[in-house]
Amino acid sequence: MKDNKKVELAQWASKYATENGAKEVSVSVYDSKESEVEVRKQKIEKIQESIQSGLSIKLYVNGKYSTHSTNRLDRNDLEKFIKEAILGTDYLAEDQYRSLPDRHLCYEGTEKDLNLYDSNYDSIDPRQKIDLAMQVEAETTGMDERIISVSGSYNDGSYRSYLVLSNGVEGFKESTSYSVSASASINGGDSRPSDYHYNAARFWDQLSGEGVGKYAVERALRKIGAKTIQSGKMEMLIENRSVGRVLSSLLQPMYGYNLQQKRSFLEGKIGQKIASDLLSITDNPFVESGRNSRLYDDDGLASRKMTVIENGILQTYYIDDYYGKKLDMEPTTGSSSNLIFELGNKDLTALTKDMNEGILVTGFNGGNSNPATGDFSVGVEGFYVKKGEILHPVSGMNITGNHKEIWNHLIAVGNDPLTDRAWQTPSMMFEGVDFSGL
Amino acid sequence: MNNEFSRREFIRTGSFSLAGMAILPSFLSMGCNRITEQSGLEEYYAHFNVSKEMIQKVIAEGLSRGGDYCDLYFEHSLSNYVGLQDKQVNRAGSNIDYGVGVRVLKGDQTGYAFSEEISLEAMKKVAKTAASIANESKDYPPINLQERVHPEFCKVKTSWEDVSIKQKIPFLQKLNDKVFNLDDKVAKVQVYLDDSSSYILFANSEGVISFDYRPMVSFIAVCVMEKGDRREDFFASRSMRIGYEYLNEELMDEIANEVVEGANKQFEAVKPKAGQMEVVLAAGGAGILLHEAMGHAFEADFNRKETSIFSDKMGQKVGEDFVTIIDDGTNPNYRGTLNIDDEGILTQKTKMVENGVLTGYLHDRISAKHYNVAPTGNGRRESFRYAPIPRMRNTYMEAGPHTKEDIIASVKDGIYVDTFTNGEVQIGAGDFTFYVKSGYLIENGKLTQPIKDVNLIGNGPEALRQISMVGNDLKIDCGTGTCGKGGQGVPVAMGLPTVKVAQLTVGGINA
Repeated sequence: MKDNKKVELAQWASKYATENGAKEVSVSVYDSKESEVEVRKQKIEKIQESIQSGLSIKLYVNGKYSTHSTNRLDRNDLEKFIKEAILGTDYLAEDQYRSLPDRHLCYEGTEKDLNLYDSNYDSIDPRQKIDLAMQVEAETTGMDERIISVSGSYNDGSYRSYLVLSNGVEGFKESTSYSVSASASINGGDSRPSDYHYNAARFWDQLSGEGVGKYAVERALRKIGAKTIQSGKMEMLIENRSVGRVLSSLLQPMYGYNLQQKRSFLEGKIGQKIASDLLSITDNPFVESGRNSRLYDDDGLASRKMTVIENGILQTYYIDDYYGKKLDMEPTTGSSSNLIFELGNKDLTALTKDMNEGILVTGFNGGNSNPATGDFSVGVEGFYVKKGEILHPVSGMNITGNHKEIWNHLIAVGNDPLTDRAWQTPSMMFEGVDFSGL
Repeated sequence: MNNEFSRREFIRTGSFSLAGMAILPSFLSMGCNRITEQSGLEEYYAHFNVSKEMIQKVIAEGLSRGGDYCDLYFEHSLSNYVGLQDKQVNRAGSNIDYGVGVRVLKGDQTGYAFSEEISLEAMKKVAKTAASIANESKDYPPINLQERVHPEFCKVKTSWEDVSIKQKIPFLQKLNDKVFNLDDKVAKVQVYLDDSSSYILFANSEGVISFDYRPMVSFIAVCVMEKGDRREDFFASRSMRIGYEYLNEELMDEIANEVVEGANKQFEAVKPKAGQMEVVLAAGGAGILLHEAMGHAFEADFNRKETSIFSDKMGQKVGEDFVTIIDDGTNPNYRGTLNIDDEGILTQKTKMVENGVLTGYLHDRISAKHYNVAPTGNGRRESFRYAPIPRMRNTYMEAGPHTKEDIIASVKDGIYVDTFTNGEVQIGAGDFTFYVKSGYLIENGKLTQPIKDVNLIGNGPEALRQISMVGNDLKIDCGTGTCGKGGQGVPVAMGLPTVKVAQLTVGGINA
């Protein structure tokens, strides 16, 4: 529910800044509540609760630009803060591309409900939260004598933000989130493998902790006896929950700031093939209760559904308003919302059966990617697979290559998208990947 | 969000994600009484608008349900950034963060809450929340607070709060011009100057009250070069807990040369072959090896929970005699240096490995009590919004008996690595990685062709055993290292002499 005092504060800050020398202003006022419970050995390890609020302001002063934030919301403090910020901004160089977005591209205040907010948030009994965390750990009791430690956690949050642009655009966002997670450590002899699992929901009554602890333990147990194998070119099947790590490196060069700063290997590639036919990605901000669903972005641009990649052909970039003006391109949005993938017809098990020789990757470790060249190198862990059979767990290996090539080597997409995440990635299989090990 | 899992700890030394970091002319203290680096306890009380009696009342509330211990962490942080892009200093920003965190401990259990409003009523409310970790009813007499005086490891001549944006701008412009003047291939340059000043007031139920001023500056350049249809980028950064006096011609020349040489080298660079090989780590930033492979696994919270691969190795020989690894909070003006930690404990030079033997973990208050040892001053937090946990400060290896030349000459077929962007470790499995931005192949004892963009992976205890040569040239790096753990980022520094690891797995290409 809107807090009218916060709306008035945002409106006041915008007006105050324009009256004191700013030509245009964008103000965001936000507040949140969060709570967290962590449990170990059926004892509360930690309880944390927080309530916070803040204001951030983008100032456009005589063709110059700066951005500021503070959590001190007393108006006398804010007056001084805004005045000094405006004075400081005037020392900067002019930047002709800095202005508020065109009004016709902005959010117009439609009342579409994306169903992101649980009105029961404030009425949940703290005891129930503790119980959930306890249950997550309790279900692992006696599962296996090699368990060293299982942490069960519960987290929730309620978030609100108010956007006021001096051109008349206003917006309000409200959302809640809940999650239950488990982290397990196992005595595996020389090594103490660990793994985690979590369930997330927008609504309290959709949250379930059942099986979360057990699954975390099972995943950790499967890692016992991991070996590093010989280096070589092999197939790689990435489990759905890890696909985001490599995908983010493909998205980085699609961002306006990388394109404009000549740090993108995808410059000039719209309409060209950058991946195998199997890769089709839609950015959909309107997914009901979606993790990144929204009606407008940080600039105040109205959200729209867009095709990012269709049958391997790049369709769009992520261009925010500023870099759009600098690149002379129409802005899309400055950040991804929910990513929806064209799915295949097999699950992870069936895809594993299809492998001739390779590694089923269940986690990444460190690594990085260069958006200017597409070069990447990342640590992997998972399972060695030969003729469709999982032979043993694998650790201490890297994959190395270039994003210009690897996405063309995508040979299968799973039917198993992660529907409770913003990036609803399915499992994906690649051929001819360079693994380094022994 | 719940996607940070404490077993996976990482570090970023790169500068490519500045969005959201917090310019202002001498940004004043927002309706509070101005405090400076020279202020005393009474001025800190006045700044936060609190009194000894208020603090006593809040601590009593925190302990009212039977907690063993309570502390209050007041923070006021002011950060500024100024940025150059496309040859113009055309962006800037600032951030103010203000509040108090209240923590109550009952054995190993933690209750935590914070308030962005500092009044008796607001603080008592959050103390009550934190107190709920215990469940008895108890009355505490007021605690007698005694000031804990600490040394000053991070002296400044001119504090950042006294420096206007007008004074900062010429440094960014000059650094940009230097980079462009060094090489015709330079196509794009970005420069950022970030500074912050934090004022901390700390009090606990053991009667300790202390205050601290914490300055920080980071100066960063990113450069993109074009040669034909190829593009390569590189970055260079410096960060210290120091004042405006840090900025000078020499520093700008250093950063400009580093970023131009680095980008140039990338055009010649190849990827090495995939597999295990000898790896020589250059003196300085390669200390990331210690941070990832050993440092995190020596943090005592992981050992208390027995989830670290080093949990059962205290007192054991874990490396060669010439391997001594330190975590130090006292190096003057380094990024990881603290006068007192975030639990009011004096910092120190802590030996984790001495002459090859594991001698000590890095402790916060909870783990020190658990192990019945004195705390080591490693209890740190990102801000008043977080409860402290054991963290590294400046982590480095002491100099050894070998020379850099001998170390390189001893390698027939391997790599030499000198610049890094990030790393990660899995505490229990011990597998750690770090990403190499640049280095060289070593062929028959000589550095030959440059290499780039490869990840190295190894296992902590194994890598420690495999350190076969240690140089006499220890260098502590002054880059912008930020360590992430449990969702909290804290500034750290790393150092290393030239070191040879007999075997690490190098990401590369298969023939």
